[in-house]
Amino acid sequence: MTCTGDDVRDLAARVVARDGRALARALTWVESDVHRGPALVEALRVPGRAFRVGATGPPGAGKSTLVAALAVAWRQAGARVGVLAVDPSSPFHGGALLGDRIRMQALSGDTDVFIRSLATRGALGGLASAVHDAADVLEAAGFDPILIETVGVGQSEVEVTRAADVTVVVLAPGSGDVIQGMKAGLLEAADVLVVNQDDRDGADALVHALESALELRAIQPPPVLRTVATVGRGVEALRDALVARGPGSAAPEVVAERRRARAAARITAAVDASRAREFWRRAGALREDLADQVVAGRLGLAEAIARLAPDEAGTEAP
Amino acid sequence: MSDERPIRVLVAKAGLDGHDRGAKVVAAALRDAGCEVVYTGLRQTPEQIVEAALQEDVDAVGLSLHSGAHMTLFPRVLELLKAAGAGDILLTGGGIIPADDAARLAEMGVGRLFGPGTPLAELVTYVRDEVARRRAAGRTT
Repeated sequence: MTCTGDDVRDLAARVVARDGRALARALTWVESDVHRGPALVEALRVPGRAFRVGATGPPGAGKSTLVAALAVAWRQAGARVGVLAVDPSSPFHGGALLGDRIRMQALSGDTDVFIRSLATRGALGGLASAVHDAADVLEAAGFDPILIETVGVGQSEVEVTRAADVTVVVLAPGSGDVIQGMKAGLLEAADVLVVNQDDRDGADALVHALESALELRAIQPPPVLRTVATVGRGVEALRDALVARGPGSAAPEVVAERRRARAAARITAAVDASRAREFWRRAGALREDLADQVVAGRLGLAEAIARLAPDEAGTEAP
Repeated sequence: MSDERPIRVLVAKAGLDGHDRGAKVVAAALRDAGCEVVYTGLRQTPEQIVEAALQEDVDAVGLSLHSGAHMTLFPRVLELLKAAGAGDILLTGGGIIPADDAARLAEMGVGRLFGPGTPLAELVTYVRDEVARRRAAGRTT
């Protein structure tokens, strides 16, 4: 895992030197190569100081358009902006249609913006598992902020709060009816709420519905901002609201705690994945055999499980 | 690198025509065959297409063209890819392209071009085989 070969060192150096092709290849490694991906991240060893902003919300709310508009606002402020846009992989054939760039045309031709589309590849929660490593790679190449756009989400896909320092939840008129159902999940993920497509009918009603839903919360409710991302209206104010909650804010300990929790979550995920890979490499055939017996009625499910996981053996901590 | 990673393809509409049905059908077919398809929408310039292809680190670019500008746009995209050190990316596509033109483009290094009525399975097989061949030939790191 930690074999830092010449190719890894070479690619890391080129990423740090801001070679675009190397950066693209590095992102492929962290997405697809279980050996060289982690080795590359280790070689880069980024401090995790770039401002990571998550954007989530239901399909069609305008996440991609808003992310593009935010990127423009940050560019105007002189920042180099990285974008990670996640779309779902099919659980059936693994294919994916990655269409977020369609809404990001305004950013093309600018070498200080780098956009990468990621497919979820089986990860639940609205993100790709490679998104943390991908953000590290972008940070190593000098991008700050890094905007992370999730798939279109429903009520409970809030992985983005792990990946981002600050999360904006984007809603659009017409989604007012679902607010009741979202209270427990998506709304709680929001550091900032945005009603996008504010020029459409129903925007006022949505803002009011959100504000009354948030009143019931014990903690400080997030602000509700209004944007029309297609023309950039309200985007500067949104950027200010995000920055005000970021690492340079009056309460940096919130972001610091999230970054600590992120590191712990990344360690957990990587160790779990590594153990599971190794375990099933050895036990995959037995599992298939046990499944046959269960279906044939010769074995109970609990007994089949016990044969693979007898008494939690092998899971004791080092 | 493990070559079980999904094939990534950029499907783009180059030039000014707005006939994107073919591109969408092809994108859906490749997706259903297990590819990760980056679709960038209408009216893309060669520069935009190549920029997206490089950032997305795709194995193949599929251009859809119905404007008659194929003898300009295909060579331009190919030239930009090569200039960026990405000549290993397969450039293929389709639309209304006469056989003579397709032959000349093939001489320049453009892959197969597919006309209307091509069975989708044929196109998918071509992309899969050609990408596998190029990956085996060793992409530069």
